[in-house]
Amino acid sequence: RLSIKTALGENAYVWNDNEMFLFRATLAFAMTKQFDGQVSDIIVCNQTARVSFWFVVTYPHNKTLVDKQVVERAVRKSRNRINSAFLLSDTTLEFIGIPPTLATPVNPSTPTWLIVFGVVMGAVCAGIIVVLVVSLVQRKRKKNETNEDTQVKTVENGAARDGVYYMSFSEDESSVTQM
Amino acid sequence: MDKEAESAEQKESTERPKWDNKVQYLLTCIGFAVGLGNVWRFPYLCQIYGGGAFLIPYLIALVLEGLPLLHMELAIGQRLRMGSVGVWNSISPYLGGLGVASLVVSFLVGLFYNMILAWVLWYFFHSFQSPLPWRDCPLNLNHTGYVTECEKTSSVNYFWYRETLNITPDIQTSGSLQWWLVLCLASAWCLVYICFIRGIETIGKATYVTATFPYLVLTIFLVRALTLSGAADGLIYLFTPNWETLKNPQVWLDAATQIFFSLSLAFGGLIAFSSYNPQKNDCERDAVIVGCVNSFTSIYASIPIFAILGFKANEDYNDCRNWNILTLTNAFNIGDENITLENYDDWFHYLNTTNPSVVESLDLKTCNLQTFLDQSASGTGLAFIVFTEAVIKMPGSQVWAVLFFIMLFSLGLSSMFGNLEGVLTPLLDLHMVPLWIPKEIFTGLMCLTSFAVALIFTMGSGNYWLEIFNSYVGSVPLLIIAFFEIISVVYIYGINRFNDDIEWMTGRRPNLYWQVTWRFISPFMLFVVFVAYVVISAKQRPTYNAWNPDYVHFPLAEVLHYPEWVFAICVLLCTLPVISIPLVAGYKFSGFLKKYIMNRHNQNPYANELTNDVEL
Repeated sequence: RLSIKTALGENAYVWNDNEMFLFRATLAFAMTKQFDGQVSDIIVCNQTARVSFWFVVTYPHNKTLVDKQVVERAVRKSRNRINSAFLLSDTTLEFIGIPPTLATPVNPSTPTWLIVFGVVMGAVCAGIIVVLVVSLVQRKRKKNETNEDTQVKTVENGAARDGVYYMSFSEDESSVTQM
Repeated sequence: MDKEAESAEQKESTERPKWDNKVQYLLTCIGFAVGLGNVWRFPYLCQIYGGGAFLIPYLIALVLEGLPLLHMELAIGQRLRMGSVGVWNSISPYLGGLGVASLVVSFLVGLFYNMILAWVLWYFFHSFQSPLPWRDCPLNLNHTGYVTECEKTSSVNYFWYRETLNITPDIQTSGSLQWWLVLCLASAWCLVYICFIRGIETIGKATYVTATFPYLVLTIFLVRALTLSGAADGLIYLFTPNWETLKNPQVWLDAATQIFFSLSLAFGGLIAFSSYNPQKNDCERDAVIVGCVNSFTSIYASIPIFAILGFKANEDYNDCRNWNILTLTNAFNIGDENITLENYDDWFHYLNTTNPSVVESLDLKTCNLQTFLDQSASGTGLAFIVFTEAVIKMPGSQVWAVLFFIMLFSLGLSSMFGNLEGVLTPLLDLHMVPLWIPKEIFTGLMCLTSFAVALIFTMGSGNYWLEIFNSYVGSVPLLIIAFFEIISVVYIYGINRFNDDIEWMTGRRPNLYWQVTWRFISPFMLFVVFVAYVVISAKQRPTYNAWNPDYVHFPLAEVLHYPEWVFAICVLLCTLPVISIPLVAGYKFSGFLKKYIMNRHNQNPYANELTNDVEL
């Protein structure tokens, strides 16, 4: 079954006897490829305006029909070549009974999402580390400032204490010298 | 002179952090209020409750319930300058439980809310592939066909339920931790942490982006969606008012609950945000701005959503009709593309009259645009199933998918800030954080703990548990907390004292509208909503929709009852937050009783003096 207009739209060619001849030739090619030499005969019947038809394949010598499964196998093998001969695809050139080969999904070695995840996580972790380091540096700077302040205080306190010490020392001295 | 310097330094370290400017504060509150619900719950409610007619109960609920509660929370936080626990403790020691309840609810909601953001991140990471991974079903092992589960439903459903969630058939089968979801959850929490690391200092800067970006994306989507075919159908369907629905009390109940949950009241987050304001700030205007922007966003978001849903319905409708056309073409061997969408009816009529038996045997589908438009979805179903399917059909799918998921993420992130602040600010105010732990480490510990507990949502049955948390934690406890909040402020703190406070802060006394709604209308509405909610939920044993590939009627969801132990957990989740209200009150009251009894026993005046001092 062919859906030429669906596939090609404005560039659709008209289905006529020439195209049918091409079809029979292509199918003969497919059978020959399968059987390696024996040229078969393709008989077509029941053509409709849909552009659909039945076809049978016969052996050239004894006019017996080729088994359906054999034909199916041959068609499946050369599906690509048959499709491209008519500028169609698996869905627009349908062989009833032969399911279209499904496109194998592209599977890259690393799933794409892991790459994006890695990028995002890397940026975020870097950001976190930067913020933590910055706040750590800020805190150290503040601590150094407060340390200086407390050092100043202790020096002052030390001086006051020394004053007291001196006074007591001088008192002791006076008691000693008195003796 | 030393003593002066020392005290000045102490003041600096204990001074409350504040917003850099008013805009940050407003954007953070708006970001907290505007969340995922505005995008995926409001349009759904609009759709099922008769479109434009739903706006009436919604706006009435906003005016009578939403704005008064919002104003009250912002005012009380600004005046008392503390988080939720501190505020309620200040009003009365017996009410400390309210703050604890808010804290617990904020924590629990934050757990599952970030899981949703993890799902959004998963989809975001996958939006950089061409084609989008949810477009095609994966092939089965021998490449002869698609995976059966996927064939029976759709590729979008399969991607969500199998490849993302890897969902188990029921809640009892826990399954194992899905490593990809754990990774996404970890990245979601890291992203939250980096914005939340220093409390409002970093949140304030982050909201410049997270609160404004969704509006940008919505506008882009609006422009794009209006140019899609079928958008008009969706919009007409959304906004055509069906006045009959106003007679249904369920509509009014849903409007009231929607406005309440949409404004994120009773979480304690709003109180925390306004506590960082200077006291002389016009909180009345802020409340009106936040409330109105929230409602405007809901309505504004529903326009592109429905335009896109209309487009999707149109596409599905055309697919349905094209399938019919193809079947007819193949059966009758008519020329390819002779039957088109326009002359389909004529052809069908002709073929039916000439060959009725053949036509009947073909089993053609009845394609009705209305049925496609009626397929409504809300919540995760809207974002991850319906919308992703629509995006596949738009040209340039990757761009739209990326934009959509970034928008969802920033909407959710700004709401997460409020949840976490509702936990952090009370803990800081109660000085429960040892001083030697820097704020950054404490917020990190909070995020780590939440991440560890939220790992239950990454299991196979995680989605079922999330639904439970969503329905039981994020509903009834909030209503109870809000009711007690407004009663406490109006009747225990004293409405006159509150009016004086607001006059001092804003320079004018609240007018009659605020007085009437605070005193009578809002508490009454809250009470009615709460009772109606409980009555409706208690009517039948709760059920849930399970995704079971072995179910007879798959792909329809299997409706199962919760097992006993799960139901017990549901009840626990409902009552755990609010149990602190009577508990704390009872504890304080027993302390008061003890002192009173001691007073009566010791008639010693000296002892009385001592106890009097201690009591204050």
